[in-house]
Amino acid sequence: MKKNLTSLWQKFFGDSVRAFGVVGLIFLASMAIAPSKNFFSEWRHYQRAYLRTIRNRSDANTLERHFQGGIQQIWLPALDVVDRCTTCHVGLKEASMTDVATQPFRKHPVIPHNLDQFGCTICHRGQGAATNVAEAHNSTLAWEQPILPAKYIESSCGQCHRGALPGTPQLNLGRSLLARQGCVHCHTVKLPEGSTMKAIDDPPSLSHIADKTTREWIFAWLKDPQAYASTATMPNFQLSDENARDISAFLIANSTPVTDDTLKVSVKPSSDPAAGASLYGESFCASCHAVQNAAGNIVGGDVGPELTRIGNKVKPEWLQGWIRNPRIYDSGTAMPHYRFTDAQVATLSGFLLAKTDSDFLSKVHLDPATSEQIAHGKRLVSDYGCASCHEIAGIKKPENFAPELSHIGSKPITQLIFLAGMKHTLPDYIAGKIKQPRAFSPGLKMPQYTFTPAQIDALTTALLSLNERSYTLSASLAVPAVTESDYQPAGKAGKLMSDLACFSCHRINGHGSTMAPDLTWEGSSVQREWLAQFLKNPGTLRPALIRRMPRFNLSDSEINELTDYIMTVYQNPNIDRDSMPLSGYPPGEVELGKQLFYGKYSCQGCHIVDTKTDKGYIGPTLTHIGSRLTAPWTYQWMKNPQSLRPGTMEPNRAMSDEDARALTAFLMSQTGGKQSPVAPKAARKPSPRQEVATK
Amino acid sequence: MNRCVLVMAMSFVFLAAGCSPKKESSAAKPTAFGVAIVESSGGKQFAETGALLPQPLVVQVNDEQGNGVSGALVEFAAPAGVSLDPAYALTDSSGQVTTNVSLADMAGRYHIAASTFDKSHKKVEVKIEEIALGYQQRLGRRLNEQYCDRCHNPESTVERVSNFDNLEVKPHPFAEGDTLNNMSDSDLNAIITYGGAAINKSALMPAWGNTLSKADIQALIAYIRAVSDPPSRAAGPFYENK
Repeated sequence: MKKNLTSLWQKFFGDSVRAFGVVGLIFLASMAIAPSKNFFSEWRHYQRAYLRTIRNRSDANTLERHFQGGIQQIWLPALDVVDRCTTCHVGLKEASMTDVATQPFRKHPVIPHNLDQFGCTICHRGQGAATNVAEAHNSTLAWEQPILPAKYIESSCGQCHRGALPGTPQLNLGRSLLARQGCVHCHTVKLPEGSTMKAIDDPPSLSHIADKTTREWIFAWLKDPQAYASTATMPNFQLSDENARDISAFLIANSTPVTDDTLKVSVKPSSDPAAGASLYGESFCASCHAVQNAAGNIVGGDVGPELTRIGNKVKPEWLQGWIRNPRIYDSGTAMPHYRFTDAQVATLSGFLLAKTDSDFLSKVHLDPATSEQIAHGKRLVSDYGCASCHEIAGIKKPENFAPELSHIGSKPITQLIFLAGMKHTLPDYIAGKIKQPRAFSPGLKMPQYTFTPAQIDALTTALLSLNERSYTLSASLAVPAVTESDYQPAGKAGKLMSDLACFSCHRINGHGSTMAPDLTWEGSSVQREWLAQFLKNPGTLRPALIRRMPRFNLSDSEINELTDYIMTVYQNPNIDRDSMPLSGYPPGEVELGKQLFYGKYSCQGCHIVDTKTDKGYIGPTLTHIGSRLTAPWTYQWMKNPQSLRPGTMEPNRAMSDEDARALTAFLMSQTGGKQSPVAPKAARKPSPRQEVATK
Repeated sequence: MNRCVLVMAMSFVFLAAGCSPKKESSAAKPTAFGVAIVESSGGKQFAETGALLPQPLVVQVNDEQGNGVSGALVEFAAPAGVSLDPAYALTDSSGQVTTNVSLADMAGRYHIAASTFDKSHKKVEVKIEEIALGYQQRLGRRLNEQYCDRCHNPESTVERVSNFDNLEVKPHPFAEGDTLNNMSDSDLNAIITYGGAAINKSALMPAWGNTLSKADIQALIAYIRAVSDPPSRAAGPFYENK
């Protein structure tokens, strides 16, 4: 053996010439490894495959001319981007490569940004500098950033775009869920622009809960909120019977009565279901409240709580007080003060109290609470952080109750604990936590939500957008959100408007809901008589809508107050109400307007002027438009509807002044057979032509 | 490196060949056989790339009389990147199998094959198409919902009453590929931008060129191409199981 080795040694390194030759060969061979590794590298393989793919295409010459071999790179020092993705993704910018199904050669789908300006990893994550597939896309030991699955891609838009974008519905939904489903009551989310995300839901105060409901109902609700109302926002804390018993004991014992005589006024609830249903319908309760119908479908809005089993929940005297004036129990409620008569209160309360499920509380039997139970209940209320959402007398809202979620989109994977069988990526971790928080550890306090898979994806998308880059981005790239203004109307009318909760449906000066029309320019838009009449008895303007303005039984002085305020304050500075008359237009101009209406602009597709012939069902019915709108508003609306109401569906037709004028003349003549009230005064020649600034 | 990949690929092929039939027979053994397989619901849905389809896909195995067969094995096959939960199952008492489908990361049309075997072990198959929308098509879909759907979609919902029946000249639903596929992109662009009258069609179709941006109109066209039936060639590739 040893002899063999010695002779082998002698053979190769016996003399200096031999040794030199052999060592030289070894060096040569090892030096050849580098170029051959390069030759066989993955990216060269893809570039050769690309050239083979394009060879037989009709535009092969163009594509070959565009092709650049070797490692390609998008380098953007300002964004900290070094992306070599285009080395293999060769056809990304080739317009004709849309029909190629094989990756990595397909053209990039159309997006609003230029690839050369932003690179690839800003949106897709992954490792830009890598030149092989695994390192670029996957999480290997060396890299923390795997490629972002396509379903979360909108999170990348959210790094710069802090507000809602039309092209990012999932991100918008996720952000609104964070604010609406109570997440940010417990978790602090500091936004990149420095502010803290605010919750927009309004969990009820529990300080007077005993006025409203029974301990049995609280127990059943705590055990399973969705069993009472499938749309309930409150999550399931998976409490034991004992814990639910003790918390309900504490809440009832802790409750103090609301002292106000109006609450005590009680009438006998009526048992006329037909009258109740029709009052419920007329009052448009369903615009905000939902009820589950016999088929199991939830019908109605989601502004207020679901009412399917309301009779199981509320005490009759509380319900009557609430219907009479909800602001006495909760001064900040989104519910309007309807000014119902005693008879109406009786009808509506009778109708609502009949909405019960006889099984719902039948199994709940609670013995009177002991002081130990109440004390234990109080401890549990602190432990579970109930006061993070609800106002509870004597319990302070806890600070930083749950982990802060700012920067969650960049949390290192090494800091995460995954469940068995889970993919080890950050998106999977976040989605898993939202889906089943207690699965990660039985001791966790985070409750179980009933999110759909789409909602979980949306929430995950919104959270992933809170990554390091979004906080460190140069300010010039950030697109800030449009913030909700805190506009409040002043004076007596302002008080009346908050009493009627106008902002629960309408938006004025950037504040309020978008359920009903924006009233910022209402004073320029409508005629005073019409507005007063409408507030007295709101009629149907848009037949296709199911949500309409309810009737509030307003007194004449209240109507005057509101009308005066709206007509004076909500004026568009570019519209002079007196610049065009309501009537007195030459018949020729009215006739021209009619022809334009039915011909060139075919307005009857969406609107009705003549109920016998027109069927358009999208826009408001125009049969009485001449007694509703002002002429200058109508004229400006013809010229550019979006300048008056951004986002309105009516297309901007870029009308000439003559067309807009003729149509205004025609529409102003539509008074439903009534004479226009200011006809004589308006007979003067309508000139000079008013020029309304178009924005 | 190359050899390594080759070895891995070959061993994977062997493994796959060796394993898959075994797994099938042990996990789900058919107790009955049908003669035909049909789609019950869940075809032609749209979802964003990578996302779960809003409704599950349901197929039914039928016997000669067209009645559902319970206990037949149904296997789903889909292009790479599409996830199926479950990928195979026995039909339930009404002869149906339900699976949840998440589409892959590329926009386009995906063909999912559902197959079963009849008594003579002959494979019968039904192909179901699902559509993944990319960014532009999704934007188009949203614009469609805001501006177009009220007239172009004949179906009414509780929240949205269709205006289709009220129009003297009926608009084309966007899925109407027979008509819309014959219109070029520039024709569609013209009719959306300048209105129906611009290309001698009904003036009931208004001009949207001053309301929507050029990019919006391109997005709408991309959406119309994506949903047309029969499919438009401009909608991009098909993804088939290979």
